[in-house]
Amino acid sequence: MTPPGSVLIVGASAAGLSTAEALRRHGHQGSLTLLDAETRSPYDRPPLSKQVLAGTWEPDRTRLRTQAQLEALDAEFVRGEPAVSLDAAGRAVTTASGRVLSADALVIATGLTSCRLPGQDGLAGVHVLRGLDDALTLRAHLTAAKRLVVVGEGVLGAEIAATARTMGLDVTLAGMGHTLLGDQLGGVIGAMLGRVHAERGVHLRLGVAVDGLAGTEGRVTAVRLATGELLPADAVVVAIGSRPATGWLEGSGLTLGDGVECDSRCRAAEGVYAVGDVASFEHEGLGRRLRLENRTNATEQAQVVAANILGADRPYTPIPYFWTDQYDVKIQAHGHPSAAAEVTVAEGDPAEHRFAVLYREGGRVTGVLGWNMPKQARVLRQRSLVSSQSAQPLASA
Amino acid sequence: MKVVIDEDKCCGAGQCVLIAPEVFDQRDEDGIVILLESEPADDQHVLVREAAAVCPGAAIEVSA
Repeated sequence: MTPPGSVLIVGASAAGLSTAEALRRHGHQGSLTLLDAETRSPYDRPPLSKQVLAGTWEPDRTRLRTQAQLEALDAEFVRGEPAVSLDAAGRAVTTASGRVLSADALVIATGLTSCRLPGQDGLAGVHVLRGLDDALTLRAHLTAAKRLVVVGEGVLGAEIAATARTMGLDVTLAGMGHTLLGDQLGGVIGAMLGRVHAERGVHLRLGVAVDGLAGTEGRVTAVRLATGELLPADAVVVAIGSRPATGWLEGSGLTLGDGVECDSRCRAAEGVYAVGDVASFEHEGLGRRLRLENRTNATEQAQVVAANILGADRPYTPIPYFWTDQYDVKIQAHGHPSAAAEVTVAEGDPAEHRFAVLYREGGRVTGVLGWNMPKQARVLRQRSLVSSQSAQPLASA
Repeated sequence: MKVVIDEDKCCGAGQCVLIAPEVFDQRDEDGIVILLESEPADDQHVLVREAAAVCPGAAIEVSA
């Protein structure tokens, strides 16, 4: 295979930027273009719901690279230009202003779009948190608000609740699941995390559907539960999940399912790749399709995509990893810590708020979780989560 | 090659230790990165660059 002369990357957040850097590091000398809907320099998202929302980091601290580092990439950045359509066969992207960009190889890194509640767009005081501007708008509101209701019991909702509570707001978290992070970490750890929030004074309303929002004069006043109960609020955050940002790919010729469907090499079509939150790929170790919404996946998958663009033939077989920081609890989750697994303490002591657990399904260890024990969790991962899920260092491939 | 780490940005993932254990370690108590070699030997350069590239906290900076 001839290496491509030109590469166009659509989306310049962590996954897109990492792909660009890996291409240069692995010797790509042709042209490199990054097209991004954002006008800002690439920034990191995990701090948005924590340090940026709390105000402990200036927004600039989230910048992923300095101006000098970006210049050293020798890439053209086209900012503030959302892609609106793709011709996959011609590898040509049309932007909102009607500009057409094409390249020998194309990388889709458009990430996610936050899900919304019906009626939320017409109401002031209702937020989602996806980008830096969202975080700054929410922070400005929270510094003036008294009562926050967070809708959604996943990682983002729980982190926002923790940050807002630390800022002194009265916080209620409502969600369909029966425990916090139940979908991500299962009921045992979810219940423990729920107790941490309850001890800090967060009102948890779990296992109930949210029916909608109530407001007067265009401003939200409450979240309405399916039971008819109203949770009064002067600020609401909707954190009920996200969808892959694939709207612009309708009619492109690519297969769209839960994200851009790729093969095990992260290839969606000849010369077209997808990376990060938007990419659904065949995981050869697991024998099934996977799409990961975590920060680590963005950079790890980028390494494989860049190598494959340049002619390698590497399957992407990650051990998923994410972390979340809430109050003084730092959780590290490796592998597949599913709700169906049996959970046993492997190190430390839950009573001392410092421990690591193993998740087992069918006798096999499928996940490792550290609770204020990051190093020990990583060591357990190395001992317990290798083999079928391939933990080989990327650099050796 | 010079390696600089930003402890405030480190999230304790340990990806760097998985990739380049001769250059990086983690503190026992909180998992924050420990730089074992701020000027790693030549045979470590590829691994260190890879570790910096995949760090989910963007906490590792490599120069020349």
